[in-house]
Amino acid sequence: MSFKIFLPYLLVMAIVTYLIRAIPLVLVKHKIKNKFFNSFLYYIPYTVLAAMTIPAIFTATGNLISAIAGLAVAIVLAYQRKSLIVVAVGACAAVFIIEGIITLI
Amino acid sequence: MNFKQGIRDGIPIGLGYAAVSFAFGILAVDKDLTVSEAVLISLTNLTSAGQFAGLTIIAELGTLVEMALSQFIINLRYMLMAISLSQKVDDDFKGIWRWILGFAITDEIFAVAIQNPGKIKRNYFMGLTIIPIIGWTLGTLGGALLGNILPAIITNALGVALYGMFIAVVVPKARDDSHVFVAVCIAVAISVALKYIPVFADLSGGFAIIICTVVASLIAAVLFPVEVSEDEF
Repeated sequence: MSFKIFLPYLLVMAIVTYLIRAIPLVLVKHKIKNKFFNSFLYYIPYTVLAAMTIPAIFTATGNLISAIAGLAVAIVLAYQRKSLIVVAVGACAAVFIIEGIITLI
Repeated sequence: MNFKQGIRDGIPIGLGYAAVSFAFGILAVDKDLTVSEAVLISLTNLTSAGQFAGLTIIAELGTLVEMALSQFIINLRYMLMAISLSQKVDDDFKGIWRWILGFAITDEIFAVAIQNPGKIKRNYFMGLTIIPIIGWTLGTLGGALLGNILPAIITNALGVALYGMFIAVVVPKARDDSHVFVAVCIAVAISVALKYIPVFADLSGGFAIIICTVVASLIAAVLFPVEVSEDEF
């Protein structure tokens, strides 16, 4: 992609992301008391990551079957509280194995 | 809790980041970004979900407003983490240091820092951030360079690495907290609906994520308000 088109996106991305992190750290001196706002913030990490994962993961690999296998393995490993890297690598391995089998058949 | 201890605690985070950002690098080049553009994104953003969504918006040539809004919503969680950190940092962690080190607040760095007993020292936090930043940037470089060379079966497999990381965050929490489980189900239901119901076909990826996140979180906040101790994240 041409850097001229890319640069404005990069700047907006980086500046917004940076300010969300830095400004509260610099300015906030007291705890936020608003219960509704705190509740809203509490759910955000999980809703955003879930929405980004499904259905996008179904088209992230070579075919639907390997994607489902990757998703299933990741969920099982995560349910067992495995670490970030174990879950990520396990999902990749599942996709690799299923696609290998499909190629052989 | 000095600089060295920070470096040590940062190593496992950095390794995980290298693996996941490798997948980001592959995807970025696949969406026609150059290697240096992919690396620049990782170096200046240091975040998985935001970069991933941002990449979609760049590839679709979405608007800058959409970019700003999606980054704001997706990264809103850092605001809570930053607030939480601001209550727990040591006296030497102030002024310009907050402006500098605030850059490196991520889910994992925050989680490790906040678990330490006592005040968080500036030098410890600085050490903690270094390996993850290097891992995230070099992983992206590796993926961007090798993405076109590696066979499809490898790149396909790595295509789920980012999602694996997301799942590793969501599932254990949903297991412990049934309210989070419901919120996650609502988000997924909306996400699937926006993707497959023809009326929403024109909706871009960035806005779809914003809608899912805001609607599901609002519903959950109304149905299940929580007493949030900010240390929980």
